Amino acid sequence: MSTKYETVIGLEVHVQLNTDSKIFCGCSTEFGKEPNENTCPVCLGLPGTLPVLNKKAVDYAIMAGLALNCDIAEYSKFDRKNYFYPDLPKAYQISQFDLPVAEAGKIEIETDEGIFNIGVTRVHLEEDAGKLIHEGSIDKSKGSLVDYNRTGVPLIEIVSEPDMRTPAQARAYLTELKMIMEYLDISDCNMEEGSLRCDANVSLRPVGQEEFGTKAELKNMNSFSAVEKGLEYEVKRQREILEEGGEVVQETRTWDESLNKTISMRGKEEAHDYRYFPEPDLVPLEIDEAWKEEMRKEIPELPREKYKRFIAELGLPEYDAGVLTGDKDMAVFFEEVLKDYDDPKNLSNWMMGEFLRLLNENNHSPFDSGVTPLNLARMLKLIDEDVISGKIAKEVFEKMYNSGSNPETIVEEEGLKQISDEDELENIVDGIIEANPDAVEDVQNGKDRAIGFLVGQVMKETRGKANPGLVNQMLRDKLMD
Amino acid sequence: MNIYDLTIHELKDKIAAGELTPAEIKKAYAARINDVEDRVKSYITVTDELADQGLAEYEKKKDELLAGIPIAVKDNMSTDGIKTSCASKMLENYKPPYDATAVEKLSEAGAVIMGKTNMDEFAMGSSTENSAFFNTHNPWNLNHAPGGSSGGSAAAVAAGECAAALGSDTGGSIRQPAAYCGVVGLKPTYGMVSRYGLVAFASSLDQIGPITKDVEDSAIMMNVIAGHDPKDSTSIEGKKEDYTEYLKEDVSGMKIGIPEEYFNLDFDKEVKDSVMSAVEKLKDAGAEVETVHMTDASYALAAYYVIAPAEASSNLARYDGVRYGLRSEHASDVSEMFTNTRHEGFGDEVKRRIMIGTYALSSGYYDAYYLKAQKVRTLIKDDFDRIFNDFDLIITPTAPTTAIELGSKSDPLEMYYTDIFTVPINIAGVPAMSVPCGFDSNQMPIGLQLIGPHFGEGKIIQAAYTLEKLLNIKDKRAEL
Repeated sequence: MSTKYETVIGLEVHVQLNTDSKIFCGCSTEFGKEPNENTCPVCLGLPGTLPVLNKKAVDYAIMAGLALNCDIAEYSKFDRKNYFYPDLPKAYQISQFDLPVAEAGKIEIETDEGIFNIGVTRVHLEEDAGKLIHEGSIDKSKGSLVDYNRTGVPLIEIVSEPDMRTPAQARAYLTELKMIMEYLDISDCNMEEGSLRCDANVSLRPVGQEEFGTKAELKNMNSFSAVEKGLEYEVKRQREILEEGGEVVQETRTWDESLNKTISMRGKEEAHDYRYFPEPDLVPLEIDEAWKEEMRKEIPELPREKYKRFIAELGLPEYDAGVLTGDKDMAVFFEEVLKDYDDPKNLSNWMMGEFLRLLNENNHSPFDSGVTPLNLARMLKLIDEDVISGKIAKEVFEKMYNSGSNPETIVEEEGLKQISDEDELENIVDGIIEANPDAVEDVQNGKDRAIGFLVGQVMKETRGKANPGLVNQMLRDKLMD
Repeated sequence: MNIYDLTIHELKDKIAAGELTPAEIKKAYAARINDVEDRVKSYITVTDELADQGLAEYEKKKDELLAGIPIAVKDNMSTDGIKTSCASKMLENYKPPYDATAVEKLSEAGAVIMGKTNMDEFAMGSSTENSAFFNTHNPWNLNHAPGGSSGGSAAAVAAGECAAALGSDTGGSIRQPAAYCGVVGLKPTYGMVSRYGLVAFASSLDQIGPITKDVEDSAIMMNVIAGHDPKDSTSIEGKKEDYTEYLKEDVSGMKIGIPEEYFNLDFDKEVKDSVMSAVEKLKDAGAEVETVHMTDASYALAAYYVIAPAEASSNLARYDGVRYGLRSEHASDVSEMFTNTRHEGFGDEVKRRIMIGTYALSSGYYDAYYLKAQKVRTLIKDDFDRIFNDFDLIITPTAPTTAIELGSKSDPLEMYYTDIFTVPINIAGVPAMSVPCGFDSNQMPIGLQLIGPHFGEGKIIQAAYTLEKLLNIKDKRAEL
């Protein structure tokens, strides 16, 4: 009988905080500058320089801790993590070892298999290192280049409990975590740009065993799908080893995107003794109730709460609630419109449909386009009041998107008002009836579909402005008694 | 007296009286440097241009505290665009792009900066013999060491090569050379003077302080360099005073403690007698002197030689050949670049301390060494606090002997022992000053150490000023 194995996954996520300046000096954190442009003696670690803590970085770390349901430390401190590497100017990273800013939190996630609570072990502050660029391939190049723009950018490291049991759960955790950070507006959360990084620890153990199996650490997963694929591969790899009676080696493995496998980094890495000791150049951090409260007030309604509320109070389907809350700006925009409009489902359709289509085409965020929440509300009312048809509204919407004008002005200027005047419509309908005797005959012979054709002709004649409902009714009245 | 023998306040008086101009003063000191430097060798870099710059700004700064006064700076303090070598091959070609805060303050005060002085490499040593470049010689006897690690600064002041100098003190590196060279050296309370720009040796122990010809000059220098610096997170706000207000001849009612455990240690009898004689004079002048009991100083020394190397091993890790300073030419990959650069760039004592420090922090040893030493540190600090509850000051000798002969100490542990009286002060973070109190039978200076409570620089200055007047030896100068 083969043993059934349970997967155990823990994630370590590094989130770059989007403060204006670095964590220990006044240099800009702006991404994409010329190499070594955002540097100064402090973040270059020149002899004699000293760190000075950026309060905003602590503010953001407290917010993150609170949003993740953690306990915030009353007394916290920084420690030096010592190792040699060319991208680390002081040959130590100022981090936090035993007294992090936040501990013992959790995140609620949802997958196809249900709702789970994943524990958050800790959230701590640290500084980022620089970037190495290797000329040519790592074997053949004569040297490497170092860019220290990134040294000293503030990071929070969020460590989860080993509570995830499937790669899908890991992905859901990562997704939820990213959304929370976006809602807090403390990070750009962009895995491609490196403002969100994820390493995983994964092991297997026989179902029912309490002791954890030997874990492998996975690195270099640079997208959400890479995280999921990397974990899936690793779980399979480890299961095969164990099923053959072998032992999993504790090691660091790198995910290779092109080969779609994890590769051992054993031999390329020595076990590091970081010789942690308290950072003597910084004083300890004392976080009192007042500071915590001040930060708590800065936390908006978080994605999961908003999702549940959209379903329970606004009556939206799960799918809609998911799409709308999946992006903070979408959710905010949606709620703004609802201040002047009271049909959430209809609004949701428009936002997930036309709006999202145009946003994706133009690579925009909801607040980038010409559509304002108020204008969208006004446009939807115009449809509800039959001033314009749903079809015409699409035209109006696109014009609003590009020009920023309000819907009434566009309808007026383009003459897009729906024709509901019965006399006017009747003239046109009569004209169409006269011009299409074959279709008329079809209708009168019971072919209901021909009505659609005739309606279509009227719409064509009026360039879409005829009230289709009225036209339909009129045609039926005239042709089918 | 020669111009180069005058103190800061004497020079200022003469400028004010129209008897001397800043240009004449600078010229006199520059000439003195020319005259004696090849024998004393205080300076790694004589900064003629910077000095002239200071001189040129005299008119703008003539009301400032150090206007027109020649000052020397230890070569571990960053000077913008000027070599800051820490007396090490590692930084032989390093020119910082910024000024240390203390240096900035000197400039703002109108100082004429004469040069960067010699020191033990990275401030690790007690005789300046660990300089990678050359030895400095004690102006009182050129065969003797000036002390360390601020040996160059102390010798420069004693030899009249500057009116005053900045040194740094981690375990006694201002006070001990001041004692050996017969000048005044003050280590302020930890946090009173900004460390920004001071190349770090042991972050929780380092302090910059003045080395001067007399106590009044020390107070003037403190008025210039002390005070909160937002660039140094360990610098203290709201504690700076006008230290010249303590230049009073008055010790009546001052309670002075003499720690029996310190005086019972094995050290030079002439030093002991000289210090005790000075203490008697203070007693006669109205001070209340009593024996006190303190923790054996050797515990502080043991704690120091764990904590300081541990912090140093981390502070000196940045010297890896990547960004500045020496980069070994014999390296085929990054790993070799790191190891060969550090092998070539560091002297033996520096390597020794980095190894000790790395060991003390390493996994499995941290608790037994670093953590334990920090706990001992708390006890030592508490010990000083306890005494200062009832006493204004503590007096000890500054060093167990007068200046040692150059080349005489080959055992590092023997060299460490010369710091026995000074190290506990850094461990506790309290201020202390070394004041000349006499000479031994070889005419070598003896130093007396006045220790005060945290922020007790004022009391120290007042007692030292009084003692100086009582002893009346402050005008004696080394004959070169």
